[in-house]
Amino acid sequence: MTVWSPILRHVDDDRVFRALADPTRRHLVDRLFERDGRTLTELESELEMTRFGVMKHLRLLEEAGLVVTRRQGREKLHFLNPVPIRQIHDRWIDKYTERVVSALLDLKDDLEETA
Amino acid sequence: MSTMTQTTVQVYQLFIKATPERIWDALVDPELTSKYFYGSRITITPEGRLSTSPDGSQNWGDSEVLEWDPPRKLVHGWQSLYDPELSNEATSRVTWEIEPQDGGMTKVTVVHDQLEGAPKTAESVAGGWMFVLSGLKTLLETGEPLA
Repeated sequence: MTVWSPILRHVDDDRVFRALADPTRRHLVDRLFERDGRTLTELESELEMTRFGVMKHLRLLEEAGLVVTRRQGREKLHFLNPVPIRQIHDRWIDKYTERVVSALLDLKDDLEETA
Repeated sequence: MSTMTQTTVQVYQLFIKATPERIWDALVDPELTSKYFYGSRITITPEGRLSTSPDGSQNWGDSEVLEWDPPRKLVHGWQSLYDPELSNEATSRVTWEIEPQDGGMTKVTVVHDQLEGAPKTAESVAGGWMFVLSGLKTLLETGEPLA
């Protein structure tokens, strides 16, 4: 298992949790997971939101380290940075035993399937 | 990461509490890479990058150094010679950007791109980079390799 060093991490955790505490931003993260390296225009076209609104959400994701932007020619591309989510995973999921969580999720799936 | 539909460019970014010089050394010195890079001994000079198995007997990757700008930027080719399933794939490219921040922190960005001709490598390294970068951070911040 991967163990991340705890130094200065609580600060980052706050930002990551806050960034993910919004459905639009989670949606943007999911879109980038499906296909990385997108422009603002591409991301904006999938959302019922002004360009300014999308920019604001992307900026919060960037400040949390979840999105990294790179310039490619004239374009600014947005990439998902999986590192902070992994850090959260190691700190908050592994610690509370993944096995129990996955057993509960299986149970939930089973119950919902038969419902 | 295996469910990603497009993995021709992968970006990883993290903060490490260490100077850019120490991070640079950890990238190019085989004694240090052996502690966090799956045991591999990696030697990087302006002339090239050579990665070998822990005992030095096998070539795990042999590639060009495309940019050498210590301690800020390093760009090198990537071949996955450590795995026969991946070894015949096209050479891809790895870029390291090392930027000092406030408070003794350094931002490290790794971009693994030009993966169009190396789809299996792309899938394989996605989890691998997490492990390597986590190990690099732990080594530099605590002096201890990952258990």
